[in-house]
Amino acid sequence: MSLKTPLGRVLGLGSAKEGTDHWWGQRVSAVAMIILGSWFVYSLLRLDSLTYLDVIRFIGVPLNGVLLSLLSITLAYHSYLGVQVVIEDYVHAPGTKVVSLLLSRFAHVFVAIASVYATLVIGIGS
Amino acid sequence: MVLSILHRATGVAMSIGLVVLAAWLMQAAAGPEAYLRFTATMSGFIGKLLLAGWSFAFFFHAANGVRHLAWDTGRGFDKRHADRSAWIVVGFAALATVAFWWAAT
Repeated sequence: MSLKTPLGRVLGLGSAKEGTDHWWGQRVSAVAMIILGSWFVYSLLRLDSLTYLDVIRFIGVPLNGVLLSLLSITLAYHSYLGVQVVIEDYVHAPGTKVVSLLLSRFAHVFVAIASVYATLVIGIGS
Repeated sequence: MVLSILHRATGVAMSIGLVVLAAWLMQAAAGPEAYLRFTATMSGFIGKLLLAGWSFAFFFHAANGVRHLAWDTGRGFDKRHADRSAWIVVGFAALATVAFWWAAT
């Protein structure tokens, strides 16, 4: 049995040291999403139709491909940070929590890579 | 108060929507037949309902997100201003959703 007080046990161990990064990352990606999201809504409205040829032509324009890739990455990052908070708030069993966070991370990376890869394939093909 | 949980709900809804956005791009990259199958699925009643929901979620989350960013600077945090901005956010989201689909069709 330790005679150390609870405070004594934790002093000097430091904080998690990542709270600000999470908070700041969420804000930075939020601002980026306002810009990229506005562009995306505007672009959708400017498209003649959502048929294959119109969509391929739109994505094939280099600047659109770049912005679409940026949008996919920023969305996935912002979504990951948000879902992480939701999991941490509602999932309390340690095992389930770690597994949920892992699955969320894998799923978000997968979705981001898939979107960027597809955009690249279309861009190179056109 | 209600908007706080709605911010989360719309956020999580759009996280699921990300999969559909990625599928849209993947099917477009896969070729005309795959893309046609995707658009056929999404033009069904459930597909349209989901897209309508995601568009509202987008406009709401964006507007309420700006409200949160303003709060981060310490502005508009008192009850009177918070109540007023809540109504503005809801009004904007509803109007923007209707305007978007009106312009899109």
